[in-house]
Amino acid sequence: MAANKGPRNATPIKANRQKPERVRRVAGAHSARTSLQDRFRSWRQHHQDSFRDALQRLNAARASSAMTILVIAIALALPAGLAVLLDNARAITRGWDGNAHLSVFLDMNISEQRQRQLARDWQGLDNITRTEVITREQALAEFKALSGFGEVLEALPDNPLPPLIVVYPDETDPVTLRALENRLAEADGVDLVQLDVEWVRRLHALIELGERLISALTLALAAAVVLVVVNTIRLAIESRREEIVVVKIVGGTDGFVRRPFLYSGFCFGFAGGATAVILVQVALWWLGGPIDELLALYNSDESLTAMAASSLIVLPAFSGILGLLGAWLAVGRHLGDIEPNF
Amino acid sequence: MIQFDRVSKRYPNGKDALSKVSFTLPAGQLTFLTGHSGAGKSTLLKLIMMLERPTQGQVFIEGQNLNGFGNRHIPLLRRKIGMVHQNHQLLFDRTVFDNVALPLIIAGYARSDIGKRVRAALDKVGLLDKEKLNPIMLSGGEQQRVGIARAVVNKPPLLLADEPTGNLDPALSEEIMDLFKDFARVGVAVLIATHDLSLIARYNHRLLTLREGRLIHDGDEGGHHGS
Repeated sequence: MAANKGPRNATPIKANRQKPERVRRVAGAHSARTSLQDRFRSWRQHHQDSFRDALQRLNAARASSAMTILVIAIALALPAGLAVLLDNARAITRGWDGNAHLSVFLDMNISEQRQRQLARDWQGLDNITRTEVITREQALAEFKALSGFGEVLEALPDNPLPPLIVVYPDETDPVTLRALENRLAEADGVDLVQLDVEWVRRLHALIELGERLISALTLALAAAVVLVVVNTIRLAIESRREEIVVVKIVGGTDGFVRRPFLYSGFCFGFAGGATAVILVQVALWWLGGPIDELLALYNSDESLTAMAASSLIVLPAFSGILGLLGAWLAVGRHLGDIEPNF
Repeated sequence: MIQFDRVSKRYPNGKDALSKVSFTLPAGQLTFLTGHSGAGKSTLLKLIMMLERPTQGQVFIEGQNLNGFGNRHIPLLRRKIGMVHQNHQLLFDRTVFDNVALPLIIAGYARSDIGKRVRAALDKVGLLDKEKLNPIMLSGGEQQRVGIARAVVNKPPLLLADEPTGNLDPALSEEIMDLFKDFARVGVAVLIATHDLSLIARYNHRLLTLREGRLIHDGDEGGHHGS
């Protein structure tokens, strides 16, 4: 604004002072027009004024503005907070995906040589990154070490554990895994193929369900935000009825009348979104300790990550657009009802 | 300046507010419009302001047929018309200065220019020293003059007044009338709707009389010159 002061105080004034009258006299049919440059400047000026006016009115009715902003903030903090938690869940389980493998148990009578041969053959197949051979002896040793049943096993005449080939796939999507499982099951000497990713897939399905739920929740609560703003702006329009009538009588365009309300709507939305960011951050800080502890218990060195930096801007901007939309709806619905009369 | 050509207005409820009304108002003339309430005065003013559209006939302002105007053009038309209301229609949430400045802000005048024009208009109505006050602190006559200042601040070629002296005593009415005469003298077409017959009788101006939507008299207020 300060930058405009200079030129406005210089030459344009003179042109502006004379122009409306001259135009009117020469071509009476045209309205009292100012120059295009002046009109653009005043249009921009009115935008600034409307914005400032919106902020002032927000501030003037602090208590009720705060209520509206809080309602918007809570409505947005809920899906935003859940989305952050879900993002964390996805990040943590992403590592588990890499461990997806198939345990291929071979027939008992397969020799160790044959077992290694098979492992080597499979390594060249599609969708298999690598294979790992676990001989019956290795399996026994591992079992003894980990299960605590070592002595029981020694009492048995034979090693009861079958030879095992662990197959690591390059894809973890269900279709590929299922196909690979079927293919290996049909191979010679294979007794049983066990897919060890079922629970990971269940988890992924749950996360996906969560995403859907959050999307639906976001939609519903975004609609709520719009409605809150519609109602707030409707009341604002009602309380400024006289002003609107006067503005229309002295030749204010619809845009001129609409503008302050659109800015109000945007301000409500933006402030609500910014408050939602704060609410989410506080909630994450509050939950951070217990969640990190929980993760540590699951041998994860992950810790709760906060909202993405971009969300700090995106959420208020998104909310501002919702506010603008609400104001637009309210204005379109109610401004036409107010016409001058005498 | 204003021309009505066989203008009729029928409201959706079937009431004929105006029937085939024709007249011409030249620039620089002060004209009274009278008639009982319900005779069509308000409808006539509304047609000029494009608050209503005629059912039949044509209204011309500065030679332009309003029938050809879309809703988009209405604001630009209204900027050419200064409107003075009986109840002033002032905004009490801002100063006298801001009330008068409103038409200029809307029309897109530069900030620095607005101050000069507002003060010129307030000077004209004798309220230059009240610019910082809230209009609610002013008397009825002063409020009416603020309304007039707002109506003329962007120097419209046409000034409409709806019962401008309705709530004022004769002395104040005379002050207001003197202002209107001054505007007519500098070329503004002034149309004053009133049913204050004593006011009309005191001045020798053209008089349009409406009765039940018809123009039954158009001419000087014969026999009552001066007083």
